[in-house]
Amino acid sequence: MTLTTPLSTQKDLSFECETGNYHTFCPISCVSWLYQKIEDSFFLVIGTKTCGYFLQNALGVMIFAEPRYAMAELEEEDISAQLNDYQELKRLCFQIKQDRNPSVIVWIGTCTTEIIKMDLEGMANRLEQEIGVPIVVARANGLDYAFTQGEDTVLAAMAHRCPTQRVKKKKEKSLVLFGSLPSPVTTQLTLELKKQGIEIAGWLPSQRYSDLPVLDSDVYVCGVNPFLSRTATTLMRRRKCKLISAPFPIGPDGTRAWIEKICSVFEVEPKGLDERESAIWNSVEDYVSLIKGKSVFFMGDNLLEVSLARFLIKCGMIVYEVGIPYMDRRYQLAELELLKKTCEEKGVPFPRIVEKPDNYNQIQRIRELKPDLAITGMAHANPLEARGINTKWSVEFTFAQIHGFTNTKDILELVTRPLRRNAKLEQVGQTQHIKLAMDENKV
Amino acid sequence: MKLAYWMYAGPAHIGTLRVASSFKNVHAIMHAPLGDDYFNVMRSMLERERDFTPVTASIVDRHVLARGSQEKVVENIVRKDKEEKPDLIVLTPTCTSSILQEDLQNFVDRATAESEANVLLADVNHYRVNELQAADRTLEQIIRFCLEKAERIGTIDTQKTEKPSVNLLGFFTLGFHHTHDCRELCSLLEDLGISVNAIVPEGGKIETLSKLPKAWFNLVPYREVGLMSAEYLKEKYDMPYVSRIPMGVVDTSEMIKEIQHILNNFETEKEFDFSAYIKNQSQFVSQASWFSRSIDCQNLTNKKAVVFGDSTHAAAITKVLVREMGIGVSCAGTYCTHDADWFREQVQGYVDEVFITDDHTQVGDMIARLEPSAIFGTQMERHIGKRLDIPCGVISAPVHIQNFPLGYRPFLGYEGSNQIADLVYNSFSLGMEDHLLEIFGGHDTKEVITKALSTEDSFKWTVDAQKELNKIPGFVRGKIKRNTEKFAREQGVNTISIEIMYAAKEAVGA
Repeated sequence: MTLTTPLSTQKDLSFECETGNYHTFCPISCVSWLYQKIEDSFFLVIGTKTCGYFLQNALGVMIFAEPRYAMAELEEEDISAQLNDYQELKRLCFQIKQDRNPSVIVWIGTCTTEIIKMDLEGMANRLEQEIGVPIVVARANGLDYAFTQGEDTVLAAMAHRCPTQRVKKKKEKSLVLFGSLPSPVTTQLTLELKKQGIEIAGWLPSQRYSDLPVLDSDVYVCGVNPFLSRTATTLMRRRKCKLISAPFPIGPDGTRAWIEKICSVFEVEPKGLDERESAIWNSVEDYVSLIKGKSVFFMGDNLLEVSLARFLIKCGMIVYEVGIPYMDRRYQLAELELLKKTCEEKGVPFPRIVEKPDNYNQIQRIRELKPDLAITGMAHANPLEARGINTKWSVEFTFAQIHGFTNTKDILELVTRPLRRNAKLEQVGQTQHIKLAMDENKV
Repeated sequence: MKLAYWMYAGPAHIGTLRVASSFKNVHAIMHAPLGDDYFNVMRSMLERERDFTPVTASIVDRHVLARGSQEKVVENIVRKDKEEKPDLIVLTPTCTSSILQEDLQNFVDRATAESEANVLLADVNHYRVNELQAADRTLEQIIRFCLEKAERIGTIDTQKTEKPSVNLLGFFTLGFHHTHDCRELCSLLEDLGISVNAIVPEGGKIETLSKLPKAWFNLVPYREVGLMSAEYLKEKYDMPYVSRIPMGVVDTSEMIKEIQHILNNFETEKEFDFSAYIKNQSQFVSQASWFSRSIDCQNLTNKKAVVFGDSTHAAAITKVLVREMGIGVSCAGTYCTHDADWFREQVQGYVDEVFITDDHTQVGDMIARLEPSAIFGTQMERHIGKRLDIPCGVISAPVHIQNFPLGYRPFLGYEGSNQIADLVYNSFSLGMEDHLLEIFGGHDTKEVITKALSTEDSFKWTVDAQKELNKIPGFVRGKIKRNTEKFAREQGVNTISIEIMYAAKEAVGA
């Protein structure tokens, strides 16, 4: 399906859904950042050579630093049930316990364990007793989830392991944030709330498994990332926590809205946010002027798309399309509201939000629209560049520090890099290489 | 189950995709869950491909799990046929689809009726073969499929070319230095007056496969991929083939002699004699033999190396080291466990020990035990070498982006022997330099103590701030520290807390 008008003129956000033929990372990739985040953990991915090959190639050199993760590689005997799954996992987990002595072993279920219906939860319960190490099971498979949703499944599973308060003190509101962020970013966000007089009681996940936060019905929880809908649901339904639905702290506008929302729940008058936000905008003026009025197309693969689109619209960009693997309209409600508000404020039409996009169709649309920037996976980046479309690898947004006021510059650094870079090369030679290749190829 | 951190050869479907996407205008459709199309990333990044990788997935999701793929696979094939108009579509099973046990052949049959393109089901078992075996099998399957079809519709061309000609089998995408090797072999064959009839699969078109039997013989430069096809062509069309790996001066010359022998078996007016060419090339084009005699290489006497890689490169490099450079090989090994017998036979008599495993921790232990002066292996051995402080030259896949150089770096042929000599010599001399440095106690440079102009350091860092600073990667830590202190000075603050650090970051724009 191609389109005739680049932007819809509708009064409300519209959601479309395509075929789901798009490129993204397998959700097991979450082990790469989670094992680093949770220092005393060990991640065991129970899958095939395909999973292992993906991990070792996608994570590049990290593999050589004695990672605290490994594959339990299923062989033909496992598939055909000639071997006893329980005995096999027991053998491997004993070995892991002996070699690494982790505080928790996280089993990552994959497509294969789903298909052969391996009862991971049941086995984990039994084995946990036997080896004396907690075993958390997360089914982060490509049958059900995309890329960052892997973290969601792990955190949802971990939410069950958070302690409850032993001695019931007097009712007091406390705040737990959920979402895995690099520790400098957690420090920054903690300080940001501290300035408003709000103390954070804990994070899910914590730096160490043994420090998981207390959860009960007095606890307010708030997400820092848009892909954590299962975790949010689990916290509300199973742990009886109260969810603060806020936009996500990405970009100064998002961060401000996030803090304001939390403040309103804790009945605190936010102070100094106006000055703080405008100071940040001033400090990034050079970057903003580079992208003002330019257009951007999100192919969609990591669920950060809506928040990033909202921030870029605030910067003055025009967003043609927001591709996204999965859209939880309830969990992202506040973020979608802010997106609408931002579009209205900037006087730009609402972007198309395309769930489960079809990459082939999207490339036809990119050819028609010729956006100034396409935010896309690595499979399409080089071919698009060769056809004269500036691209930014979407994966970098997942690994870079993009949360809070302080990291605004980092997002803009990423977004403007292809534009700055290609502008430089443009000066080098007009007639050169890329131009030639571009004109000969159809998109 | 096996506890595994790293693997040398990838899963079977990667081999199939590598072969299929090497052909021009062939599209592969994987029957796979979301995220299994990682092959596209590798091809786009490592080979820096300008074109979209002709691989898409027919996604296996929850619905497929519950009800089967039903129309989905057929629809995806027919759709791709309309969109891209490929000559051939290869339906590629993955580990997931092979447990689902859907009748993929049935989908292929139905799609064939509806689409212009030929459709083929790659016949590989995920749990029995690895990437390389699957590639070999898929190449043979595509060749067989196309030739059988050409025979049926009568487009087969078995008339031999007038002048001697050859098919090159086994160059394909993501191969270790394949494009350079291909260019080198083509120019060598041109020197010999042999024209190249077809290069398969890299850059080949499906329609040219029906002309394969026109060549006088086949050349299979690598052990891993191409042999099955050569065997098939020999059996079916009585085409002889040469499978000696033309790596190093000795084996390149041997390969040329084998070609000469094959050509002379054909009834032609003239007798082929390449001995003058071999002599000239070995002495003057390849500098490797002279180089190893030059006095600088005396340093290499009694040096021991360890070699590990795919069977082609590990066997050939072992022979080059021992026969052509006089370097001892204490252990040679390969991860191609399926081809262990051939490997043993190749390196027999050249090495103290043969090591066959696909477990990288065993390779690491072996290297630690033998303490060679240099390692020639894959990227994994390079990392093992780093840890043990032993220099390593990379001679085989698996590889990184650095192993797809833009410059001309063949491993095969006479120019290849020059490249190998450089690689070997540079690995060792680096080792020697290290050794001397150790004896003389390091480089003769004063350590740079501070980069600041003034040495007064009046700032107090709180414990928390110091901790936070330590979390910042080393290479920018100095800059951050200086910027923060500059900011603090401007603000008239003496004690640096975390708050000050981040305020500085926001203000300075670092």
